[in-house]
Amino acid sequence: MSEQFRTCPDTGLKLYQSTENLIKANAVAAVVFLLVGGIYGLLVGLTRWPAVHLLPADWFYLSLTAHGINVLIFWLIFFEMAILYFASSVILGSRLAVPKFAWVGFGLMLIGALMNNYIVLTGEASVMMTSYAPMEAHPLFYLSLILFAVGALIGCFVFFGTLVVAKEEKTYEGSVPLVTFGAITAAIIAVFTIISGAIILLPTLAWSLGLIAEVDALMYRLIWWAFGHSSQQINVAAHIAVWYAIASIVFGAKPMSEKVSRMAFFMYILFLQIASAHHLLVDPGVSAEFKMFNTSYAMYLAVMASMVHGLTVPGSIESAQRAKGLNGSLFEWLRRAPWGNPTFSGMFLSLVGFGFLGGISGVTMGAEQINILIHNTVYVPGHFHATVVLGTTLSFMAMTYWLVPVIFRRDLIWKGLASWQPYLFGLGMAGVSLFLMGAGTLGVPRRHWDITFSMTGGEVYEFPAAANTLLALNGLSVALAVAGGAAFCLIIVGSLLFGRKLGPDEQLDTPHMATPPTDAEYEKLDKHGISVPGTLVLALVFFAAFAVYYFINWKYLAETWGIS
Amino acid sequence: MTSLSPPKDKIWWNEPIEKAELIWITIVFLWGLVMSFMMPFWHVVGDQNMSTLTYKTTPEKFMQKTQAFVDEYTVRMDDGPRQYPVVKPPPGGDVYLVARLWDYWPVVELKKGESYRFHLSSLDWQHGFSLQPANINIQIVPKYEHVVTFTPDQSGDYSVLCNEYCGIGHHMMIGKIIVI
Repeated sequence: MSEQFRTCPDTGLKLYQSTENLIKANAVAAVVFLLVGGIYGLLVGLTRWPAVHLLPADWFYLSLTAHGINVLIFWLIFFEMAILYFASSVILGSRLAVPKFAWVGFGLMLIGALMNNYIVLTGEASVMMTSYAPMEAHPLFYLSLILFAVGALIGCFVFFGTLVVAKEEKTYEGSVPLVTFGAITAAIIAVFTIISGAIILLPTLAWSLGLIAEVDALMYRLIWWAFGHSSQQINVAAHIAVWYAIASIVFGAKPMSEKVSRMAFFMYILFLQIASAHHLLVDPGVSAEFKMFNTSYAMYLAVMASMVHGLTVPGSIESAQRAKGLNGSLFEWLRRAPWGNPTFSGMFLSLVGFGFLGGISGVTMGAEQINILIHNTVYVPGHFHATVVLGTTLSFMAMTYWLVPVIFRRDLIWKGLASWQPYLFGLGMAGVSLFLMGAGTLGVPRRHWDITFSMTGGEVYEFPAAANTLLALNGLSVALAVAGGAAFCLIIVGSLLFGRKLGPDEQLDTPHMATPPTDAEYEKLDKHGISVPGTLVLALVFFAAFAVYYFINWKYLAETWGIS
Repeated sequence: MTSLSPPKDKIWWNEPIEKAELIWITIVFLWGLVMSFMMPFWHVVGDQNMSTLTYKTTPEKFMQKTQAFVDEYTVRMDDGPRQYPVVKPPPGGDVYLVARLWDYWPVVELKKGESYRFHLSSLDWQHGFSLQPANINIQIVPKYEHVVTFTPDQSGDYSVLCNEYCGIGHHMMIGKIIVI
């Protein structure tokens, strides 16, 4: 094969031109949709702040629909396409299989995303991301999602094809690297996800066109969530692969043990697919056995996988830091980490936020009976802003800072702002998550324009005053997070347009890829005792918080009406 | 060697596992068992378990049943702005509550400490039965009649909100349950 490639002067990575162009296109599209979705998010947050109550009802529901789809689907999946091409072609040093198909996929995704934004903006599809039948949207709404999904599916197959090419052309020795393994996990889940999406969206499209009479509402929920929730599992697998990648990039870290990390990824494939059940815990017609088995992802085995990554990622960092001599106290390795480097700080805040806020809340509210307290309250968006925004989005932002010089050959602008950005965004989003969860505990409904019930002709329910305070604090947190998100978009777009161009062989001032500790340095660590005591202590703190919070919720549950 | 390069050993399966990993895997596995145990355990000892009794229905049939329920047990008209019938079923009896665009009908009056079989369904789109301040939240799906038994433990006025988005009037949807 004679396709052109260059070798990155900073990282030594082999970059094929077609791969670079595809990564650029997907990453830029991702950031644009993040910007659009973020603006809608600001409008939503300010409307739910009772004292501000910015938008009228129709625009609120329109904006909430557009917010969800733009950030949860378009931003994340465009970025994940870039990650797939990076994890296959760049990490394995291989040419990309059939780049033309990848461009077709990109084109379909772009058309789908634009079409969706158009139809939602007309007001004919204010049906929320979930578009629960029998509430009906304009047919273009379903069509746009199908086009987008087909495009993403093509991207997945280009990724799989590239793995085959790399193997055939022997661009690497032995097994694929862990980060690629994680990306394979994400892509396999993506195929399942997209097929589930097709199974439910195709008949729904036919129904909206009048071709079939009815889509059963309960069946829609069951299958839609095989699409809707599994797509969040793509995010989890992808952002954990990014955590491992950043640990290697910033610290030269290696996995604590390949077996454990890989098995943890593999368990996602085995057990995450049955996730749709935890959206149906208070639905009619679903048996308790089905709910219990599936919401626990088969005895919490997939949850266990995430908790394992939660130990092994910081553990790999601790090992590398200790091997390099930061071996003094329990947390010297962490204290002396590069907290001013947004690639590291973004990744670490993502790890902590995803685990402590997103993970604990998600597993707790996924307990069959506890869900009665939480289903469809604003607790739910509180939870997933911790997983998918604090977790996935922040780690993707962190990765982007690193990618700009490598792929786009531009130096970052405004590095001072960049070093603050993860904290700004992370703090804002942690606030959003916590305050929404707090309001949800008080019963505040999600996707609701007016909890003062001013339009009901006098029939009202008065929430505790704390609910208004929490929603106001949420509004402030939204503003903070949006400032952080805007800073990210400005820095990235500004760097691509105005950042100093880097020459083909020019190296950055600071090392862009850490030198891994040598085997001899690793040998010096205590291999028989606990080699990562700091990480283990953090993990035990996490476990204690988890257990306490979990049982507090059972206590809350015991205090409400008898239900049977 | 890092996470960006192939493992040192081609057969990575044979690599040793670190002690910290083993300890943590043991803890989280056991924790998973505890959490798995809690759900069936609560079915045995807990008082809050979601019923799975469900019938297929249609909006017409469900409205008929609700109308019959209202006709039989109405005790007065509500003094609230909507003047809906206040229906007081016998303890242990059936309660029919219609969810529709955009309200709940009728108003129900219950006795504290008694159990009632609530039949929930929607006449149109999906809705979210959200009883406040008890904070009990149940999905309402059209064409499915979900039968859930409630035992109110405190007297007072309760509101039923909708927490499943159901179009432009979603925030106007509110119902009332009185516990005496």
